[in-house]
Amino acid sequence: MRRLLSDTLVVAERNLIRLPRAPELLLAFTLQPIMFVLLFRYVFGGAIRVPGGSYAEYLIPGIIVQNIAFGGFVTALGLNEDMQKGIIDRFRSLPMARAAVLAGRTLADIVTNGLSMTILVVTGLIIGFSFQTAVLHVVVGIVLALTFGYAFSWVFAFLGLLVKSPEAANSVGFLAVFPLTFISSAFVPGQSLPTPLRQFSDVNPFTIIVNELRWLWTGQPSPDQLWQAFAWVAFILVLFSPLAVQRYRRAAGR
Amino acid sequence: MADVVEGAGRGRAGAPISTASAISARGISKSFGDLRALRDVDLDVTHGTVLGLLGPNGAGKTTLVRILTTLLLPDAGTASVAGLDVVADQNRLRERIGLAGQYAAVDENLTGIENLTMVGRLYGSRRATAKARGRELLEQFDLLDAASRPVKTYSGGMRRRLDLAAALVARPPVLFMDEPTTGLDPRSRLDLWDVIETLVSEGTTVLLTTQYLDEADRLADRIAVIDHGSVIAEGTPDELKDRVGGERLEVHLEDAAQAAAAARALGPMSDEQPVLADGLVRIGVKGRSGAIIEAVRLLDAEGVGIDDIALRRPTLDDVFLALTGHAAEDGDQP
Repeated sequence: MRRLLSDTLVVAERNLIRLPRAPELLLAFTLQPIMFVLLFRYVFGGAIRVPGGSYAEYLIPGIIVQNIAFGGFVTALGLNEDMQKGIIDRFRSLPMARAAVLAGRTLADIVTNGLSMTILVVTGLIIGFSFQTAVLHVVVGIVLALTFGYAFSWVFAFLGLLVKSPEAANSVGFLAVFPLTFISSAFVPGQSLPTPLRQFSDVNPFTIIVNELRWLWTGQPSPDQLWQAFAWVAFILVLFSPLAVQRYRRAAGR
Repeated sequence: MADVVEGAGRGRAGAPISTASAISARGISKSFGDLRALRDVDLDVTHGTVLGLLGPNGAGKTTLVRILTTLLLPDAGTASVAGLDVVADQNRLRERIGLAGQYAAVDENLTGIENLTMVGRLYGSRRATAKARGRELLEQFDLLDAASRPVKTYSGGMRRRLDLAAALVARPPVLFMDEPTTGLDPRSRLDLWDVIETLVSEGTTVLLTTQYLDEADRLADRIAVIDHGSVIAEGTPDELKDRVGGERLEVHLEDAAQAAAAARALGPMSDEQPVLADGLVRIGVKGRSGAIIEAVRLLDAEGVGIDDIALRRPTLDDVFLALTGHAAEDGDQP
Protein backbone atom coordinates (compact mmCIF):
# COMPACT_ATOMS: atom_id res chain seq x y z
CA MET A 1 0.00 0.00 0.00
CA ARG A 2 2.82 2.41 0.84
CA ARG A 3 4.46 1.28 -2.35
CA LEU A 4 1.30 2.02 -4.31
CA LEU A 5 1.19 5.51 -2.86
CA SER A 6 4.82 6.35 -3.57
CA ASP A 7 4.72 4.86 -7.09
CA THR A 8 1.51 6.77 -7.80
CA LEU A 9 3.21 9.99 -6.75
CA VAL A 10 6.21 9.26 -8.98
CA VAL A 11 3.95 8.67 -11.99
CA ALA A 12 1.86 11.74 -11.20
CA GLU A 13 4.99 13.84 -10.92
CA ARG A 14 6.19 12.56 -14.28
CA ASN A 15 2.91 13.56 -15.90
CA LEU A 16 3.07 16.99 -14.33
CA ILE A 17 6.67 17.88 -15.14
CA ARG A 18 6.18 16.99 -18.77
CA LEU A 19 3.17 19.28 -19.07
CA PRO A 20 4.93 22.65 -19.39
CA ARG A 21 7.19 21.10 -22.02
CA ALA A 22 4.32 20.21 -24.32
CA PRO A 23 3.18 23.71 -25.30
CA GLU A 24 0.09 22.46 -27.14
CA LEU A 25 -1.16 20.83 -23.95
CA LEU A 26 -0.41 23.86 -21.86
CA LEU A 27 -2.35 26.05 -24.27
CA ALA A 28 -5.29 23.68 -24.03
CA PHE A 29 -5.27 24.21 -20.28
CA THR A 30 -4.82 27.94 -20.19
CA LEU A 31 -5.75 29.97 -23.25
CA GLN A 32 -8.52 27.76 -24.61
CA PRO A 33 -10.80 28.03 -21.57
CA ILE A 34 -10.26 31.80 -21.47
CA MET A 35 -11.25 32.00 -25.13
CA PHE A 36 -14.39 30.02 -24.43
CA VAL A 37 -15.35 32.31 -21.57
CA LEU A 38 -14.88 35.41 -23.70
CA LEU A 39 -16.72 33.81 -26.62
CA PHE A 40 -19.77 32.94 -24.58
CA ARG A 41 -19.81 36.03 -22.45
CA TYR A 42 -19.41 38.58 -25.24
CA VAL A 43 -20.42 36.84 -28.50
CA PHE A 44 -23.31 34.55 -27.60
CA GLY A 45 -24.08 35.85 -24.11
CA GLY A 46 -26.05 38.88 -25.21
CA ALA A 47 -28.58 36.66 -26.96
CA ILE A 48 -28.98 34.18 -24.11
CA ARG A 49 -31.55 34.83 -21.41
CA VAL A 50 -30.99 33.23 -18.06
CA PRO A 51 -33.14 33.21 -14.93
CA GLY A 52 -31.85 35.12 -11.91
CA GLY A 53 -28.46 36.83 -12.06
CA SER A 54 -26.18 37.85 -14.89
CA TYR A 55 -24.97 35.60 -17.72
CA ALA A 56 -21.41 35.75 -16.35
CA GLU A 57 -22.68 34.19 -13.13
CA TYR A 58 -24.63 31.62 -15.09
CA LEU A 59 -21.75 30.82 -17.43
CA ILE A 60 -18.74 30.29 -15.14
CA PRO A 61 -19.97 27.15 -13.29
CA GLY A 62 -21.08 25.65 -16.63
CA ILE A 63 -17.85 26.34 -18.42
CA ILE A 64 -15.80 25.04 -15.49
CA VAL A 65 -17.64 21.73 -15.54
CA GLN A 66 -17.27 21.48 -19.31
CA ASN A 67 -13.61 22.32 -19.15
CA ILE A 68 -12.93 19.83 -16.41
CA ALA A 69 -14.68 17.10 -18.39
CA PHE A 70 -12.45 17.87 -21.33
CA GLY A 71 -9.43 17.91 -19.03
CA GLY A 72 -9.43 14.13 -19.04
CA PHE A 73 -8.35 14.25 -22.67
CA VAL A 74 -4.78 14.55 -21.49
CA THR A 75 -5.18 11.20 -19.81
CA ALA A 76 -6.68 9.57 -22.90
CA LEU A 77 -4.02 10.95 -25.20
CA GLY A 78 -1.19 10.38 -22.75
CA LEU A 79 -2.07 6.77 -21.99
CA ASN A 80 -2.56 6.01 -25.64
CA GLU A 81 0.80 7.54 -26.48
CA ASP A 82 2.48 5.66 -23.64
CA MET A 83 1.10 2.40 -25.02
CA GLN A 84 2.30 3.14 -28.54
CA LYS A 85 5.74 4.23 -27.43
CA GLY A 86 6.42 1.30 -25.15
CA ILE A 87 6.47 3.35 -21.94
CA ILE A 88 3.71 1.18 -20.49
CA ASP A 89 5.91 -1.85 -21.24
CA ARG A 90 8.75 -0.22 -19.38
CA PHE A 91 6.48 0.44 -16.37
CA ARG A 92 5.21 -3.12 -16.43
CA SER A 93 8.72 -4.52 -16.51
CA LEU A 94 9.53 -2.65 -13.28
CA PRO A 95 8.79 -3.99 -9.79
CA MET A 96 6.31 -1.17 -9.18
CA ALA A 97 2.70 -1.25 -8.03
CA ARG A 98 0.59 -2.08 -11.07
CA ALA A 99 -2.25 0.26 -10.26
CA ALA A 100 0.13 3.21 -9.96
CA VAL A 101 0.22 3.89 -13.70
CA LEU A 102 -3.48 4.73 -13.88
CA ALA A 103 -3.71 6.14 -10.39
CA GLY A 104 -0.76 8.48 -11.02
CA ARG A 105 -2.16 9.60 -14.31
CA THR A 106 -5.58 10.47 -12.94
CA LEU A 107 -4.05 12.08 -9.86
CA ALA A 108 -2.07 14.41 -12.13
CA ASP A 109 -5.36 15.35 -13.79
CA ILE A 110 -6.68 16.68 -10.48
CA VAL A 111 -3.77 19.10 -10.39
CA THR A 112 -4.23 20.22 -14.00
CA ASN A 113 -8.00 20.52 -13.50
CA GLY A 114 -7.35 22.62 -10.41
CA LEU A 115 -5.08 24.83 -12.49
CA SER A 116 -7.58 25.37 -15.28
CA MET A 117 -10.37 25.92 -12.75
CA THR A 118 -8.31 28.64 -11.10
CA ILE A 119 -7.70 30.31 -14.46
CA LEU A 120 -11.41 30.18 -15.26
CA VAL A 121 -12.47 31.57 -11.90
CA VAL A 122 -10.00 34.44 -12.20
CA THR A 123 -11.19 35.16 -15.76
CA GLY A 124 -14.75 34.97 -14.47
CA LEU A 125 -14.09 37.42 -11.67
CA ILE A 126 -12.73 39.87 -14.25
CA ILE A 127 -15.78 39.62 -16.51
CA GLY A 128 -18.36 39.97 -13.77
CA PHE A 129 -18.68 36.63 -12.00
CA SER A 130 -18.76 36.62 -8.21
CA PHE A 131 -19.32 34.07 -5.48
CA GLN A 132 -22.65 34.78 -3.75
CA THR A 133 -22.55 32.11 -1.07
CA ALA A 134 -20.82 31.13 2.15
CA VAL A 135 -17.24 29.84 2.08
CA LEU A 136 -18.35 26.33 2.96
CA HIS A 137 -20.62 26.21 -0.09
CA VAL A 138 -17.84 27.49 -2.32
CA VAL A 139 -15.47 24.82 -0.99
CA VAL A 140 -18.03 22.04 -1.46
CA GLY A 141 -18.44 23.32 -5.02
CA ILE A 142 -14.71 23.08 -5.64
CA VAL A 143 -14.71 19.55 -4.24
CA LEU A 144 -17.66 18.62 -6.45
CA ALA A 145 -15.99 19.97 -9.58
CA LEU A 146 -12.67 18.28 -8.86
CA THR A 147 -14.15 14.89 -7.92
CA PHE A 148 -16.33 15.03 -11.02
CA GLY A 149 -13.20 15.75 -13.06
CA TYR A 150 -11.43 12.87 -11.34
CA ALA A 151 -14.26 10.47 -12.17
CA PHE A 152 -14.23 11.69 -15.76
CA SER A 153 -10.49 11.06 -15.98
CA TRP A 154 -11.27 7.36 -15.56
CA VAL A 155 -13.73 7.56 -18.44
CA PHE A 156 -10.95 9.02 -20.54
CA ALA A 157 -8.41 6.51 -19.25
CA PHE A 158 -10.73 3.77 -20.45
CA LEU A 159 -11.17 5.52 -23.77
CA GLY A 160 -7.43 6.06 -24.25
CA LEU A 161 -6.75 2.37 -23.66
CA LEU A 162 -9.61 1.30 -25.90
CA VAL A 163 -8.71 3.02 -29.15
CA LYS A 164 -5.78 2.40 -31.46
CA SER A 165 -4.31 5.88 -31.84
CA PRO A 166 -4.23 9.26 -30.10
CA GLU A 167 -6.14 10.70 -33.07
CA ALA A 168 -8.93 8.18 -32.53
CA ALA A 169 -9.00 8.99 -28.81
CA ASN A 170 -9.33 12.63 -29.76
CA SER A 171 -12.26 12.21 -32.13
CA VAL A 172 -14.16 9.63 -30.11
CA GLY A 173 -13.74 11.68 -26.95
CA PHE A 174 -14.82 14.83 -28.69
CA LEU A 175 -17.89 13.20 -30.22
CA ALA A 176 -18.93 11.92 -26.81
CA VAL A 177 -18.19 14.95 -24.67
CA PHE A 178 -19.30 17.69 -27.02
CA PRO A 179 -23.04 16.86 -27.09
CA LEU A 180 -23.00 15.91 -23.40
CA THR A 181 -21.71 19.31 -22.38
CA PHE A 182 -23.65 21.43 -24.86
CA ILE A 183 -27.02 19.71 -24.50
CA SER A 184 -27.05 20.52 -20.82
CA SER A 185 -27.67 23.55 -18.67
CA ALA A 186 -24.00 24.54 -18.91
CA PHE A 187 -24.51 27.38 -21.40
CA VAL A 188 -28.25 27.83 -21.90
CA PRO A 189 -31.26 27.13 -19.63
CA GLY A 190 -33.00 23.85 -20.39
CA GLN A 191 -36.33 25.64 -20.91
CA SER A 192 -35.01 27.25 -24.09
CA LEU A 193 -34.34 23.90 -25.76
CA PRO A 194 -36.74 21.97 -28.07
CA THR A 195 -38.58 19.25 -26.14
CA PRO A 196 -36.45 16.16 -27.02
CA LEU A 197 -33.24 18.03 -26.26
CA ARG A 198 -34.74 19.43 -23.07
CA GLN A 199 -35.65 15.93 -21.94
CA PHE A 200 -32.08 14.82 -22.62
CA SER A 201 -30.68 17.88 -20.89
CA ASP A 202 -32.83 17.30 -17.80
CA VAL A 203 -31.38 13.84 -17.15
CA ASN A 204 -27.88 14.63 -18.39
CA PRO A 205 -25.45 14.29 -15.47
CA PHE A 206 -23.70 17.42 -16.72
CA THR A 207 -26.88 19.39 -16.12
CA ILE A 208 -27.15 18.08 -12.59
CA ILE A 209 -23.50 18.78 -11.76
CA VAL A 210 -23.68 22.26 -13.30
CA ASN A 211 -26.97 23.11 -11.52
CA GLU A 212 -25.51 22.07 -8.20
CA LEU A 213 -22.28 23.96 -8.75
CA ARG A 214 -24.29 27.04 -9.73
CA TRP A 215 -26.34 26.68 -6.56
CA LEU A 216 -23.25 26.20 -4.41
CA TRP A 217 -21.45 29.23 -5.86
CA THR A 218 -24.16 31.72 -6.81
CA GLY A 219 -27.17 30.55 -4.82
CA GLN A 220 -29.37 30.09 -7.90
CA PRO A 221 -32.09 27.55 -7.02
CA SER A 222 -31.53 24.16 -8.61
CA PRO A 223 -34.19 21.61 -9.57
CA ASP A 224 -31.79 18.85 -8.49
CA GLN A 225 -30.25 17.76 -5.20
CA LEU A 226 -26.63 17.89 -4.13
CA TRP A 227 -26.61 14.17 -3.32
CA GLN A 228 -27.63 13.44 -6.91
CA ALA A 229 -24.56 15.23 -8.17
CA PHE A 230 -22.24 13.29 -5.87
CA ALA A 231 -24.12 10.08 -6.69
CA TRP A 232 -23.30 10.65 -10.38
CA VAL A 233 -19.65 11.21 -9.51
CA ALA A 234 -19.59 7.98 -7.54
CA PHE A 235 -21.46 6.11 -10.26
CA ILE A 236 -19.06 7.20 -13.02
CA LEU A 237 -16.09 6.34 -10.83
CA VAL A 238 -17.40 2.93 -9.83
CA LEU A 239 -18.33 2.09 -13.41
CA PHE A 240 -15.28 3.31 -15.25
CA SER A 241 -12.33 2.72 -12.93
CA PRO A 242 -12.70 -1.10 -13.04
CA LEU A 243 -13.30 -0.90 -16.80
CA ALA A 244 -10.14 1.13 -17.26
CA VAL A 245 -8.10 -1.19 -15.02
CA GLN A 246 -9.37 -4.25 -16.86
CA ARG A 247 -8.67 -2.62 -20.20
CA TYR A 248 -5.18 -1.67 -18.99
CA ARG A 249 -4.44 -5.27 -18.08
CA ARG A 250 -5.69 -6.55 -21.42
CA ALA A 251 -4.22 -3.86 -23.61
CA ALA A 252 -0.86 -4.01 -21.92
CA GLY A 253 -0.73 -7.80 -22.06
CA ARG A 254 -0.97 -8.02 -25.83
CA MET B 1 27.81 -11.41 -11.11
CA ALA B 2 27.24 -15.11 -10.67
CA ASP B 3 23.81 -15.30 -9.14
CA VAL B 4 22.47 -17.65 -6.62
CA VAL B 5 19.81 -19.51 -8.52
CA GLU B 6 16.84 -20.26 -6.40
CA GLY B 7 13.91 -22.45 -7.08
CA ALA B 8 15.33 -24.42 -9.99
CA GLY B 9 12.42 -26.58 -11.01
CA ARG B 10 11.37 -29.06 -13.57
CA GLY B 11 9.97 -28.27 -16.93
CA ARG B 12 6.89 -29.50 -18.66
CA ALA B 13 8.21 -32.79 -19.97
CA GLY B 14 10.26 -33.39 -16.87
CA ALA B 15 13.36 -31.94 -18.47
CA PRO B 16 15.35 -30.43 -15.63
CA ILE B 17 15.74 -26.68 -15.74
CA SER B 18 19.44 -26.18 -15.51
CA THR B 19 20.72 -24.27 -12.50
CA ALA B 20 23.57 -22.99 -14.66
CA SER B 21 21.02 -21.12 -16.77
CA ALA B 22 20.17 -17.50 -16.18
CA ILE B 23 17.23 -17.95 -18.53
CA SER B 24 15.46 -21.20 -19.05
CA ALA B 25 12.27 -21.95 -20.97
CA ARG B 26 10.50 -25.25 -21.48
CA GLY B 27 7.61 -25.85 -23.84
CA ILE B 28 6.52 -22.21 -24.08
CA SER B 29 3.50 -21.72 -26.35
CA LYS B 30 1.44 -18.65 -27.02
CA SER B 31 -1.40 -17.97 -29.44
CA PHE B 32 -3.16 -14.76 -30.40
CA GLY B 33 -6.50 -15.86 -31.76
CA ASP B 34 -5.66 -18.15 -34.66
CA LEU B 35 -2.07 -17.05 -34.84
CA ARG B 36 0.30 -19.42 -33.09
CA ALA B 37 3.00 -16.99 -32.13
CA LEU B 38 5.12 -19.50 -30.21
CA ARG B 39 5.06 -23.27 -30.41
CA ASP B 40 6.73 -25.37 -27.76
CA VAL B 41 9.85 -23.24 -27.37
CA ASP B 42 12.76 -24.53 -25.27
CA LEU B 43 15.62 -22.21 -24.50
CA ASP B 44 18.59 -21.97 -22.16
CA VAL B 45 20.99 -19.12 -21.63
CA THR B 46 24.06 -19.73 -19.48
CA HIS B 47 25.06 -17.11 -16.89
CA GLY B 48 27.23 -14.36 -18.27
CA THR B 49 26.68 -15.21 -21.91
CA VAL B 50 24.76 -13.66 -24.80
CA LEU B 51 22.04 -15.52 -26.62
CA GLY B 52 21.04 -14.05 -29.95
CA LEU B 53 17.46 -14.77 -30.87
CA LEU B 54 17.44 -14.53 -34.60
CA GLY B 55 14.47 -14.46 -36.89
CA PRO B 56 12.45 -12.40 -39.34
CA ASN B 57 9.68 -10.01 -38.34
CA GLY B 58 6.71 -11.88 -36.96
CA ALA B 59 8.75 -14.97 -36.10
CA GLY B 60 7.84 -14.73 -32.42
CA LYS B 61 10.99 -13.10 -31.00
CA THR B 62 9.23 -10.21 -29.33
CA THR B 63 6.50 -12.48 -27.96
CA LEU B 64 9.13 -14.66 -26.32
CA VAL B 65 10.87 -11.63 -24.80
CA ARG B 66 7.53 -10.34 -23.51
CA ILE B 67 6.82 -13.66 -21.84
CA LEU B 68 10.29 -13.86 -20.27
CA THR B 69 9.97 -10.30 -18.93
CA THR B 70 6.48 -10.96 -17.43
CA LEU B 71 4.70 -8.63 -19.83
CA LEU B 72 2.74 -11.53 -21.24
CA LEU B 73 1.57 -14.84 -19.80
CA PRO B 74 2.37 -18.01 -21.72
CA ASP B 75 -0.51 -20.30 -22.73
CA ALA B 76 1.60 -23.34 -21.90
CA GLY B 77 5.05 -24.17 -20.64
CA THR B 78 7.29 -22.85 -17.87
CA ALA B 79 10.14 -20.42 -17.83
CA SER B 80 12.46 -18.96 -15.26
CA VAL B 81 14.78 -15.98 -15.28
CA ALA B 82 17.48 -15.58 -12.62
CA GLY B 83 15.91 -18.64 -11.02
CA LEU B 84 12.52 -17.00 -10.65
CA ASP B 85 9.37 -18.23 -12.34
CA VAL B 86 7.89 -15.86 -14.93
CA VAL B 87 4.36 -16.52 -13.73
CA ALA B 88 4.62 -17.26 -10.00
CA ASP B 89 7.46 -14.88 -9.05
CA GLN B 90 6.71 -11.89 -11.23
CA ASN B 91 7.48 -9.16 -8.75
CA ARG B 92 10.80 -10.52 -7.52
CA LEU B 93 11.73 -11.36 -11.10
CA ARG B 94 11.15 -7.77 -12.23
CA GLU B 95 13.71 -6.61 -9.68
CA ARG B 96 16.35 -8.70 -11.39
CA ILE B 97 15.84 -7.93 -15.07
CA GLY B 98 16.29 -5.00 -17.37
CA LEU B 99 14.34 -4.56 -20.57
CA ALA B 100 15.44 -2.38 -23.45
CA GLY B 101 12.80 -2.38 -26.10
CA GLN B 102 12.54 -2.03 -29.79
CA TYR B 103 11.18 1.46 -29.38
CA ALA B 104 13.20 3.63 -27.10
CA ALA B 105 10.79 3.62 -24.17
CA VAL B 106 11.78 6.91 -22.63
CA ASP B 107 9.58 9.92 -22.05
CA GLU B 108 10.36 12.52 -24.71
CA ASN B 109 9.18 15.39 -22.57
CA LEU B 110 11.37 14.51 -19.62
CA THR B 111 15.10 15.17 -19.53
CA GLY B 112 17.62 12.33 -19.52
CA ILE B 113 18.20 12.59 -15.79
CA GLU B 114 14.47 12.87 -15.04
CA ASN B 115 13.80 9.68 -16.98
CA LEU B 116 16.45 7.72 -15.13
CA THR B 117 15.47 9.16 -11.74
CA MET B 118 11.86 8.18 -12.35
CA VAL B 119 12.83 4.61 -13.21
CA GLY B 120 15.10 4.39 -10.17
CA ARG B 121 12.31 5.57 -7.87
CA LEU B 122 9.94 3.03 -9.39
CA TYR B 123 12.50 0.39 -8.45
CA GLY B 124 11.97 1.66 -4.92
CA SER B 125 15.01 3.93 -4.49
CA ARG B 126 14.86 7.27 -2.75
CA ARG B 127 14.98 10.32 -4.97
CA ALA B 128 18.59 11.22 -4.14
CA THR B 129 19.82 7.66 -4.62
CA ALA B 130 17.96 7.34 -7.90
CA LYS B 131 19.36 10.61 -9.12
CA ALA B 132 22.94 9.68 -8.24
CA ARG B 133 22.59 6.36 -10.05
CA GLY B 134 21.08 8.21 -13.00
CA ARG B 135 24.08 10.53 -13.26
CA GLU B 136 26.42 7.58 -13.04
CA LEU B 137 24.66 5.90 -15.96
CA LEU B 138 24.53 9.08 -18.02
CA GLU B 139 28.26 9.42 -17.59
CA GLN B 140 28.82 5.80 -18.54
CA PHE B 141 26.71 6.23 -21.67
CA ASP B 142 28.29 9.53 -22.63
CA LEU B 143 25.07 11.46 -22.12
CA LEU B 144 26.07 13.68 -19.22
CA ASP B 145 26.18 16.79 -21.40
CA ALA B 146 22.59 16.16 -22.43
CA ALA B 147 21.40 15.28 -18.91
CA SER B 148 19.16 18.32 -18.51
CA ARG B 149 17.79 18.42 -22.02
CA PRO B 150 14.37 16.98 -22.87
CA VAL B 151 14.76 13.66 -24.65
CA LYS B 152 12.94 14.96 -27.70
CA THR B 153 16.11 16.88 -28.56
CA TYR B 154 18.16 13.64 -28.53
CA SER B 155 19.31 11.79 -31.65
CA GLY B 156 18.12 8.23 -32.31
CA GLY B 157 21.37 6.80 -31.01
CA MET B 158 21.24 8.89 -27.82
CA ARG B 159 17.67 7.80 -27.14
CA ARG B 160 18.61 4.18 -27.55
CA ARG B 161 21.52 4.61 -25.15
CA LEU B 162 19.22 6.29 -22.64
CA ASP B 163 16.72 3.47 -23.01
CA LEU B 164 19.48 0.97 -22.32
CA ALA B 165 20.64 3.06 -19.36
CA ALA B 166 17.07 2.95 -18.00
CA ALA B 167 17.16 -0.83 -18.30
CA LEU B 168 20.36 -0.90 -16.26
CA VAL B 169 19.25 1.35 -13.39
CA ALA B 170 18.91 -1.53 -10.93
CA ARG B 171 22.09 -3.29 -12.15
CA PRO B 172 20.08 -6.30 -13.34
CA PRO B 173 21.92 -9.60 -13.69
CA VAL B 174 19.80 -10.45 -16.75
CA LEU B 175 19.21 -8.03 -19.57
CA PHE B 176 16.71 -8.39 -22.39
CA MET B 177 17.14 -6.35 -25.52
CA ASP B 178 14.53 -6.44 -28.23
CA GLU B 179 16.13 -5.40 -31.50
CA PRO B 180 18.45 -2.93 -29.78
CA THR B 181 19.94 -1.47 -32.96
CA THR B 182 16.99 -1.50 -35.35
CA GLY B 183 16.82 1.85 -37.09
CA LEU B 184 20.20 3.10 -35.83
CA ASP B 185 22.91 4.52 -38.04
CA PRO B 186 26.06 2.36 -38.39
CA ARG B 187 28.10 4.50 -36.02
CA SER B 188 25.51 4.32 -33.21
CA ARG B 189 25.18 0.61 -33.81
CA LEU B 190 28.89 0.06 -33.26
CA ASP B 191 28.78 2.18 -30.10
CA LEU B 192 25.88 0.17 -28.74
CA TRP B 193 27.65 -3.09 -29.53
CA ASP B 194 30.63 -1.89 -27.48
CA VAL B 195 28.36 -1.10 -24.56
CA ILE B 196 26.75 -4.53 -24.70
CA GLU B 197 30.14 -6.25 -24.87
CA THR B 198 31.30 -4.32 -21.80
CA LEU B 199 28.22 -5.35 -19.86
CA VAL B 200 28.73 -8.99 -20.73
CA SER B 201 32.40 -8.83 -19.78
CA GLU B 202 31.20 -7.64 -16.36
CA GLY B 203 29.01 -10.72 -15.98
CA THR B 204 25.58 -9.67 -17.25
CA THR B 205 23.56 -12.30 -19.04
CA VAL B 206 21.98 -10.94 -22.21
CA LEU B 207 19.20 -12.16 -24.42
CA LEU B 208 18.96 -10.05 -27.52
CA THR B 209 16.67 -10.39 -30.47
CA THR B 210 17.78 -9.21 -33.84
CA GLN B 211 17.08 -9.62 -37.48
CA TYR B 212 20.63 -8.62 -38.31
CA LEU B 213 22.91 -11.56 -38.76
CA ASP B 214 26.09 -9.55 -38.42
CA GLU B 215 24.86 -8.36 -35.03
CA ALA B 216 24.19 -11.88 -33.82
CA ASP B 217 27.50 -13.02 -35.27
CA ARG B 218 29.42 -10.32 -33.44
CA LEU B 219 27.67 -10.34 -30.06
CA ALA B 220 26.16 -13.74 -29.44
CA ASP B 221 27.86 -16.69 -27.79
CA ARG B 222 24.99 -18.83 -28.94
CA ILE B 223 22.23 -18.25 -31.42
CA ALA B 224 18.72 -19.60 -31.50
CA VAL B 225 17.05 -19.30 -34.88
CA ILE B 226 13.32 -18.81 -34.61
CA ASP B 227 10.81 -18.92 -37.43
CA HIS B 228 7.01 -19.18 -37.37
CA GLY B 229 7.10 -19.47 -33.60
CA SER B 230 9.47 -22.40 -33.34
CA VAL B 231 13.17 -22.63 -32.56
CA ILE B 232 14.49 -24.34 -35.65
CA ALA B 233 18.18 -24.34 -34.81
CA GLU B 234 20.42 -23.52 -31.86
CA GLY B 235 24.18 -23.39 -31.48
CA THR B 236 27.28 -21.22 -31.63
CA PRO B 237 27.62 -19.09 -34.75
CA ASP B 238 30.35 -21.43 -36.00
CA GLU B 239 28.25 -24.52 -35.41
CA LEU B 240 25.42 -23.03 -37.36
CA LYS B 241 27.70 -22.07 -40.20
CA ASP B 242 29.20 -25.54 -40.26
CA ARG B 243 25.73 -26.95 -40.50
CA VAL B 244 25.26 -25.23 -43.82
CA GLY B 245 28.65 -26.55 -44.83
CA GLY B 246 30.76 -25.79 -47.85
CA GLU B 247 31.94 -22.64 -49.46
CA ARG B 248 29.63 -20.15 -51.06
CA LEU B 249 30.17 -18.95 -54.58
CA GLU B 250 28.91 -15.42 -55.24
CA VAL B 251 28.60 -14.08 -58.76
CA HIS B 252 27.66 -10.49 -59.49
CA LEU B 253 26.17 -10.31 -62.98
CA GLU B 254 26.69 -7.55 -65.50
CA ASP B 255 23.05 -7.78 -66.41
CA ALA B 256 20.53 -8.71 -63.75
CA ALA B 257 18.19 -10.02 -66.44
CA GLN B 258 20.57 -12.92 -67.00
CA ALA B 259 20.05 -14.30 -63.49
CA ALA B 260 17.98 -17.27 -64.64
CA ALA B 261 20.52 -18.17 -67.31
CA ALA B 262 23.32 -17.94 -64.76
CA ALA B 263 21.46 -20.17 -62.32
CA ARG B 264 20.93 -22.73 -65.08
CA ALA B 265 24.59 -22.61 -66.06
CA LEU B 266 25.81 -23.12 -62.49
CA GLY B 267 23.33 -25.92 -61.80
CA PRO B 268 25.86 -28.78 -62.27
CA MET B 269 28.19 -27.33 -59.60
CA SER B 270 25.81 -27.74 -56.67
CA ASP B 271 23.05 -29.85 -55.20
CA GLU B 272 21.25 -26.77 -53.96
CA GLN B 273 18.99 -24.32 -55.69
CA PRO B 274 20.94 -21.13 -56.32
CA VAL B 275 19.70 -17.97 -54.66
CA LEU B 276 19.04 -15.01 -56.92
CA ALA B 277 18.92 -11.46 -55.67
CA ASP B 278 19.24 -8.30 -57.67
CA GLY B 279 21.98 -9.31 -60.10
CA LEU B 280 23.66 -11.52 -57.51
CA VAL B 281 23.72 -15.29 -57.76
CA ARG B 282 24.72 -17.25 -54.67
CA ILE B 283 25.28 -20.97 -54.58
CA GLY B 284 26.86 -23.53 -52.27
CA VAL B 285 29.73 -25.42 -53.92
CA LYS B 286 31.27 -28.74 -52.98
CA GLY B 287 34.98 -28.11 -53.33
CA ARG B 288 37.08 -25.00 -53.20
CA SER B 289 39.75 -25.78 -55.78
CA GLY B 290 38.89 -24.95 -59.33
CA ALA B 291 35.42 -23.71 -58.42
CA ILE B 292 35.91 -20.21 -59.77
CA ILE B 293 37.47 -21.38 -63.03
CA GLU B 294 34.69 -23.89 -63.57
CA ALA B 295 32.03 -21.28 -62.81
CA VAL B 296 33.57 -18.78 -65.22
CA ARG B 297 33.74 -21.44 -67.91
CA LEU B 298 30.10 -22.51 -67.40
CA LEU B 299 28.83 -18.92 -67.35
CA ASP B 300 30.87 -17.97 -70.39
CA ALA B 301 29.43 -20.92 -72.31
CA GLU B 302 25.94 -19.58 -71.57
CA GLY B 303 26.99 -16.08 -72.60
CA VAL B 304 26.49 -14.62 -69.09
CA GLY B 305 28.58 -11.50 -68.36
CA ILE B 306 30.33 -11.39 -64.96
CA ASP B 307 31.05 -8.28 -62.94
CA ASP B 308 32.67 -9.98 -59.99
CA ILE B 309 33.01 -13.51 -58.70
CA ALA B 310 34.19 -14.75 -55.30
CA LEU B 311 34.26 -17.68 -52.90
CA ARG B 312 33.56 -17.09 -49.23
CA ARG B 313 32.74 -18.81 -45.96
CA PRO B 314 29.02 -19.18 -45.27
CA THR B 315 27.49 -16.29 -43.31
CA LEU B 316 24.55 -16.44 -41.00
CA ASP B 317 22.51 -15.23 -43.97
CA ASP B 318 23.25 -18.51 -45.66
CA VAL B 319 22.43 -20.35 -42.46
CA PHE B 320 19.13 -18.63 -42.22
CA LEU B 321 18.28 -19.26 -45.80
CA ALA B 322 19.23 -22.92 -45.60
CA LEU B 323 17.16 -23.39 -42.44
CA THR B 324 14.05 -21.43 -43.30
CA GLY B 325 13.95 -21.31 -47.06
CA HIS B 326 13.71 -17.53 -46.99
CA ALA B 327 16.06 -14.68 -46.23
CA ALA B 328 16.26 -13.24 -42.73
CA GLU B 329 15.28 -9.72 -43.56
CA ASP B 330 12.18 -10.37 -45.60
CA GLY B 331 9.86 -12.00 -43.13
CA ASP B 332 6.36 -12.78 -44.28
CA GLN B 333 4.74 -10.80 -41.48
CA PRO B 334 5.90 -7.22 -41.48
